Amino acid sequence: MSDQPPTLAIEDLSVTFGSGHRTVRAVDGVSVTVAPGEIVAVVGESGSGKSVTSMSTLGLLPPTAKVGGTVRVGGVDVTTLDGPRLRAVRGAEVAMVFQEPMTALNPAFTVGWQVAEALRLHTDLSRKQALDRAVELLEMVGIRDASRRLGQFPHELSGGLRQRVVIAMAIACEPKVLIADEATTALDVTVQAEILDLLRDLRTKFGMAMLVITHNMGVVADIADRVVVMYQGKVVEQAPVDDLFARPEADYTKRLLAAVPRLAPGERRDREAPEKETAALSLENLVVEFRGKGGSRVRAVDDVTLTIAEGEVLGLVGESGSGKSTVGRAAIGLVKPASGTVRLLGESLGEARGRALRRLRRHCGIVFQDPASSLDPRMTVGDCVAEPLVINGVGDRTERVVALLKSVELDPALRLRHPHELSGGQRQRVGIARALALDPRLVIADEPTSALDVSVQAAVLEVFLELQERLGFACLFITHDLAVVGRVSDRVAVMNQGRLVEVGARDDVLFDSQEEYTRRLVTSAPVPDPTEQRRRRAERHRL
Amino acid sequence: MSLSAPVAAEPQPVRVAGSYRRMATLFFANRLAVTGLVILAALLVFCFLGPLIHHTDQTHTNLSAANLSPGTGGHLLGTDDVGHDVLGRLMIGGQTSLEIGVAAGLLATLIGTVWGAISGYAGGWLDALMMRVVDAGIAIPALFLLLVTATILRPTVGVQILIIGCVSWLVPARLVRAEALSLRSRDYVQAMKAMGGSHRRAVFRHIIPNAIGTVVVNATFQVADAILLIAYVSFLGLGVPPPKTDWGGMLSKGISYTYDGYWWLIFPAGVAIVLVVCAFNAIGDGLRDSFEVRLEGR
Repeated sequence: MSDQPPTLAIEDLSVTFGSGHRTVRAVDGVSVTVAPGEIVAVVGESGSGKSVTSMSTLGLLPPTAKVGGTVRVGGVDVTTLDGPRLRAVRGAEVAMVFQEPMTALNPAFTVGWQVAEALRLHTDLSRKQALDRAVELLEMVGIRDASRRLGQFPHELSGGLRQRVVIAMAIACEPKVLIADEATTALDVTVQAEILDLLRDLRTKFGMAMLVITHNMGVVADIADRVVVMYQGKVVEQAPVDDLFARPEADYTKRLLAAVPRLAPGERRDREAPEKETAALSLENLVVEFRGKGGSRVRAVDDVTLTIAEGEVLGLVGESGSGKSTVGRAAIGLVKPASGTVRLLGESLGEARGRALRRLRRHCGIVFQDPASSLDPRMTVGDCVAEPLVINGVGDRTERVVALLKSVELDPALRLRHPHELSGGQRQRVGIARALALDPRLVIADEPTSALDVSVQAAVLEVFLELQERLGFACLFITHDLAVVGRVSDRVAVMNQGRLVEVGARDDVLFDSQEEYTRRLVTSAPVPDPTEQRRRRAERHRL
Repeated sequence: MSLSAPVAAEPQPVRVAGSYRRMATLFFANRLAVTGLVILAALLVFCFLGPLIHHTDQTHTNLSAANLSPGTGGHLLGTDDVGHDVLGRLMIGGQTSLEIGVAAGLLATLIGTVWGAISGYAGGWLDALMMRVVDAGIAIPALFLLLVTATILRPTVGVQILIIGCVSWLVPARLVRAEALSLRSRDYVQAMKAMGGSHRRAVFRHIIPNAIGTVVVNATFQVADAILLIAYVSFLGLGVPPPKTDWGGMLSKGISYTYDGYWWLIFPAGVAIVLVVCAFNAIGDGLRDSFEVRLEGR
């Protein structure tokens, strides 16, 4: 494979933004080659310059960017091309699949029109021919009943189908290079596994060179032949996939791999769940409905019964739309259940009013997924953390805020800053400090680490678990990431389409489940180990 | 991964200057906005400090010195039909126009912001009810309301402020409601509710402060509109009663002498109105750009 001349050759690429003393060097001397039929993964955390690198191969950088070095596609340097010639390269020679399939497709046109459009831009097919070819393409990317799908609009398709359509558009002109920029990040794990299978198939069918940009080490282990690790705009390591995972050389790669949570029976917190009789939270036959179009009711949560003992961590996993977040919000009364009861510390939340409700809520804290939107941008960090204290009229606030910030390992001096001056990990620590301000007996954590880079996630999880152990609060930990659940939970509950699939001890659910859905979920989650990942892939295909 | 796993250091975010400082930098980089600010400052000095230097009698009529052309008898801009010095009249007229304009604009903004924030935050039937009130208000022409009330009440400065403020809060109410609709579903508002915070806290501590960009920008336009509105009303002869006057009133008096060629009765007041309205609009544009972070470096 490697003796052929590379299809894509990036040489000494550097990209800078801004000018004068505010220059930011986003990419600094990056060289990557991709041979025909090879899949090269570029991994790195946010700000590592991996997306800027991929954008430069299509000349898609904003005009403020200054580009140095060369990017050759089949021998032609695309950095020197002007508008019309660059457009001829885009789509025909190099195609791109973006992260968010909903925004990559135009909601105002049918799927068939959009695929045909991609074809007609670069070929002289007639309308009819283009549509016929579109059907073939949709079938090729594994869309059954393709001729019917042609007339549908993007919003009528599921996320996985949409991403398949985007891929169909990308391969419409049989490009030599396919760039997938976080193409599976927005998808559920089971769908992600299918899309990765599809990319692998297309590679063998067309012999395209593929550049896969991702932050997910599991995806890398699953699909890549060779891996390029980027950190702060520089390539820190390039190696074949097996070598990289088995013998990482650069310090950064080692740290990165160590931070990735792993889903394995041995990897768990060493502690015995406290045996307590009283339940911190109990849900009985909880049903939550939302009003849909035309007065119809959508059942988001359907007959869920769960209990969390005091001091216990229950991991709630499920894919998007499974209703897991709604359960979390109903548990502290942010969403009103249609039927069923929610008991906090033995008292019914639905019956509590006014002061009684406020007293009950004092015992709960909530941590949200996106720390950027869960902190008021116009308040200082100190005010954010102090807010629950103010609401509940607790005195000595400054002292308490300082103690809370220290407990999440933040410099107390940060309390005078605004949230946008903090990094993502710091903000999430502030979110945790706020949730713990009133010494809650129950914490609802809704995807608290999903928006963070792995190394940051590891640090935040560590702080969270340490605090949980020390303060002994019960926790409903909601996440889609099975490895994270395996790491934090005493017990695990699995949800699918609003229903509870199963609840049980951590190892029983994650490694020895009798439920088919759970097993499919577990085998779909990619693990950061190429050998193990191959075995799991085979197991998943058997299922 | 064990609890003591070494962790890659998270890169520190660049310490950015405080948001107010950044906004000020952006605002002062906008030449149009700075020009607006300078014009406004000059007009304020002219109207409120001018009379201390340029002493004129604006209460007693002096028919022997009526309609003097500019430059004669020591009157730099001439005199009007009852012998008042036009330059001095422009100053005290400006005081009225600016006082009413600013106060009415702020009053409208205050009412509109609170109304819109409550409406958007509450949602449901209360929102529907409050917005229908706004719709109904917008359907009635403001000028018509002003004229009717001016005929019923004696139009003093206070009354004018109250009337203009009460007819022009509808637009800011709609704007703020739209902001509140998106702000109320933000996680920080949800988090505060989960902590047991009150609705009042949500509206006044979270929604309004986060809509402040829209509010401030709109306030400057409101002031400009209020100054125009008061000029209309006075032009139609229903402004503040003599011996006080405002720019609209000066225009109204001057218009009767157009065919006599007494241009100095019209131009000074007209130019002043145009200048102040343009200045406020330029400042509003500049503020909007500096609130909008994404427009930086445009």
